[in-house]
This record gives sequence, C-alpha cells and structure tokens, in this order.
Amino acid sequence: MRDARAHIRRPLGARLWLSGTWLSILALAAVFAPWVAPHDPLAQDLFLGRLPPFWMDGAEPGYWLGTDSLGRDVLSRMIHGARVALMVALVAGTLTCIIGASLGVLAGFYRGWSDRIISRLVDIWMAFPPVLFAILLIAVMGPGLVSIILAIVVIDWTRFARVIRAETLSQGAMDYVASAQIAGRTRFNTMIAEILPNILPTVVALLTLEMGIAVIVEAILSFVNLSISTDSPTWGGMIAEGRTSVHQAWWVLVFPLFTLFLTVLSFSQLGEGLKDRFDPVLR
Amino acid sequence: MTQFLDIRNLTLRLRGGPIILWSVSLRVTSGMVHGLVGESGAGKSMIGKAVLGTLPRAIEVMGGEVWLDGVDLLALPPRDRRRRIGETAALIPQDPLTALNPSKRVGPQITRRLIDILGWSKSEADQRARTLLDEVRIPDIPRVMRSYPHELSGGMRQRVLIASAFAAEPKLIVADEPTTALDVTVQKQILRLISEMRIRHGTALLFVTHDLGVVSKVCNSLSVLYAGRVVEEAQMPRFFMRPIHPYSRALLAATPTYLDPDGSLQPVPANVIEDVENENHHHALRAGYDV
Repeated sequence: MRDARAHIRRPLGARLWLSGTWLSILALAAVFAPWVAPHDPLAQDLFLGRLPPFWMDGAEPGYWLGTDSLGRDVLSRMIHGARVALMVALVAGTLTCIIGASLGVLAGFYRGWSDRIISRLVDIWMAFPPVLFAILLIAVMGPGLVSIILAIVVIDWTRFARVIRAETLSQGAMDYVASAQIAGRTRFNTMIAEILPNILPTVVALLTLEMGIAVIVEAILSFVNLSISTDSPTWGGMIAEGRTSVHQAWWVLVFPLFTLFLTVLSFSQLGEGLKDRFDPVLR
Repeated sequence: MTQFLDIRNLTLRLRGGPIILWSVSLRVTSGMVHGLVGESGAGKSMIGKAVLGTLPRAIEVMGGEVWLDGVDLLALPPRDRRRRIGETAALIPQDPLTALNPSKRVGPQITRRLIDILGWSKSEADQRARTLLDEVRIPDIPRVMRSYPHELSGGMRQRVLIASAFAAEPKLIVADEPTTALDVTVQKQILRLISEMRIRHGTALLFVTHDLGVVSKVCNSLSVLYAGRVVEEAQMPRFFMRPIHPYSRALLAATPTYLDPDGSLQPVPANVIEDVENENHHHALRAGYDV
C-alpha cells in the first residue's frame, strides 16, 4: 500500500502557487516601494487630477492606473499602501497567533481551572462587537501603526484560543498521549513534544487566515479614518477617498479594492495549501 | 510465587459523583496472564489506568493500594510514580490508530522510552528496536522505522505497539482490549503474537477484555468485574467448568462456544444485575460511603 503511494509526489497545487506568487509580488513591491513606485505617493498636481488608467482616452503616460482627484498617482499609492498592509498582516497576525494559540493549548491540555478562566475570558471577550471595540481602543491609544496592531491582537486572540483549545482537547484524548505519560514524560514535555507538532497544521492555517483578517481590519479602520496618519497612504484610506468620487473616477476605488480582495484571498488559500502539505496524514 | 501486581481494596469515584470501582482487589503473579473481564462500563479499563497512572482527571482515588513490584504506587509522589511505572510497566493499547503519534516516525517512537527512561544511547536503542520489530515479524524493518503511522496498516501498527511495549523489558504489561479494534483475521495473529512474546520475555500480563473466548485462550487466571466490583476470581480451567457467581454463569451462558455453535445464547437476566447492584449498595453503606 505504501509502496504505491511513495511514488506519487503530490504537485505543489495551483492555489499554493497562485497565492504564493501574488503575495511575493506584493512583498517585493512593499519592500522596494521607494524604487518601484513611479511617483511620489504624496505629490499632488491639481492639473493632473482624475487621470484615467492607461487604456482609456485621456490617459497620461507614466500614470498607469490613473490619478485621484488631487492628482496623486494611484499605482504609487497602492504600492506604498502595501507596506502598511503587509506590516500589519505580519506583525499583528503573528502576535495574535502566539498569544491566542498559547492560551488555547494551556486551556486544552491542562484543563481544570486554567481552562475555566481562559474559556470564560474568551466568552466575555467575544460578546464585544469587534469593530466598535477596535475603534474604542484606537480612540484611547491614539491613531498609529502600533495602535492598529494592538487593536487587532486584542480583538482576535480569541479566535485562536477557541480553535486551538478544541484541537488540543481532541489530541490530548488520544492514546499516544497516555503512552508518552506511561513512558515517563512529564506533562509539560508531553504538551511540547507530542501535542504541539500535531496541532501545528491548524495553527499555520489559522495564522494565514488571521493575516488576511488583519489586512481587512486595517482597511476598515483606515476607511473610518482611524488608521495611521493621513500622509502615509493605505488601501483603506484610498477606498474611502475613492468612494466620494466613484462616479467621476471609479479607478481610485476599484484598484485598491481589488488588490485588497486578492490579498485576503491569497492569505486564506496559502493557509489551506500549507495545511495540506504539513498535515502528516494528508501528506 | 511473588505477586508482581497486587491491588488491594481500590475504590475510585467520579469526582463529586458516583463510585465506579468498589474496593477491588486483584493479584497478578510474575510471568502469568491475568484476565480482567466484564461488560462495557464495568470499570475494567479504569483498573488498567490506575496501574499505569493515567486515570482521567475527573476520577478520584478514594482508597486502596496498588502495589507494583513491592512498591505502593499510590503512596509515591507523582514524579517517582511516573519513573517507577515507566521502568516496570507498559501498555498495549486498544486502538492502534490513535496510540502512535501521527506526526512522528515510528522508529523514534519505539526508542524514545529506552533513551528517556533507561538512559540508553541512540544506537543501542535503535538496535533494540530492530530486534523487537523482527520478533513481532515485521518485514522490511528499516522502512517501517522510517514510516509515519498512517503509512502502516492497523495490524502492522498493533505489531509496532507490541514491540514498543516489550522494548524496555517491563515486568508487567497491561493489554487494554488489544484486539478489539482489529478485524477478526488479524485478531488471532495478534493474540498469538502477544502470547508468544510474553512467554519469550517472561512478562506478566494484565489482559483487559470483554471477550471470554480470548480469555480462555491466553489467561492463567481471571477476575470477573461487574458494576465496579470483582464478583469472581478464578484459576483458568476451573472457571469455565464450574463458574461460581451467578453473574459469571450468566456471562458464560451468553457466550457462543465452538463445541455447540447452534446452541442458544442466554441474555444476562435482570435479577442478576439487580442482585449485584443491591450488594453494591449494602457494601457502600457498610464502608461508610455516602450513597
């Protein structure tokens, strides 16, 4: 049975390829934004306001995706916006994952009072409307990249805690955990060496999902003007500005929106693809 | 003959709930096989778990002693208890699907205990694992040791688990329904293998099962457990010829035999069940438990 399977090497999979490619492009654009962007994302030129994208009549060469009503280059602003988006995705996603997953594992493995405290905390936390919670937090802490990241961590750790707790519970009931204990492993060692490797695929899938969610939350906050300062372009800010002139210049709204959509989709597909590859049973 | 495992008056209960084992005593002699039979929920697995120190947190020891190789496990601090159990006892689990860690290769899962508990070097442990896998007749050992558990069949996995249980030369192995999860054709091979291995290694076996047919094949003595009590303790040939307790007789009458395959089977009558439960109740009152 195994011999037959050993010769089948599973291909990397289209979704892993596509999502990986898109996210790599985005990451490169973000890192090298000052060199890649054709224009200064903040430079205004009222004579060049609302230029359409390159394939339409009246397009100006060099302004590939057109300009907004203040004459700022849409492509350059999107490239610079990717910096904020990816920064938030990476940092907020990772922090949320570490905090939420640790609490989830503790609750699911040790059960007893640690589970009771953590689970009740999660229940209380989830009763808050998340976006209002974020707005409240930022209103208190003041706008800025750090506030946004903190807001996402504070809101979303519960997602990890819940799922990872359940996963740990089900792994903990398996006989291999009992065997490890009979073989003299301490409980802490059992948790780290036996259970952790088995919940890792779920953690990875959740992490990438969370990165997508972080991008969306950042965009929502920018949309309601609660993101970082107005002189650094963000996708959410662009969408908010584009909305006001959608009848005269749809491109200011549509391009950032589509980029956002593609990015969030890529994150979730990357997660699914990685989970399939990491899972020893599916591998 | 030394009593290698000696359980005295073990009483367990669900934390804040009903009592599930009533003052159970049983003895396993060195190198012998003791069967522990009873229907689902009788508490037979809990005895195995109490011996191996893997009782669920929801279960509380109310009293009694578990003497393993001259030491009362329940009196030891948890750290020493784990060490003691790891050195002297092992488990052949019920379900080979979940008893191996799915994210680790088979080889290290066998050698881990040797390295952790006995302090062997990696190459010694590897050598030992190979010898044992050969004893349980696993073909192509290097490949199996490199495999992940899901790449092996159920029967193969159970063989790996048997090899793993015998690896550290424990003096007692608890076999918790080791054949229940396997299909019938494999069951027989695995049973034969366990018997063969325990004779070769001189290991005592506590064989937990609900299958009297299996007991008659492998055990030297047995305890019949019903509703949390040992209702009969017997040496082997005697039990099948002259069972004493009404529940034992009822249980035997409900078991098909090879000699009379068409004979009708009797369900365990309800008054037997009531008798034992009343007995439990009186017993509890006598012992001063709050029922």
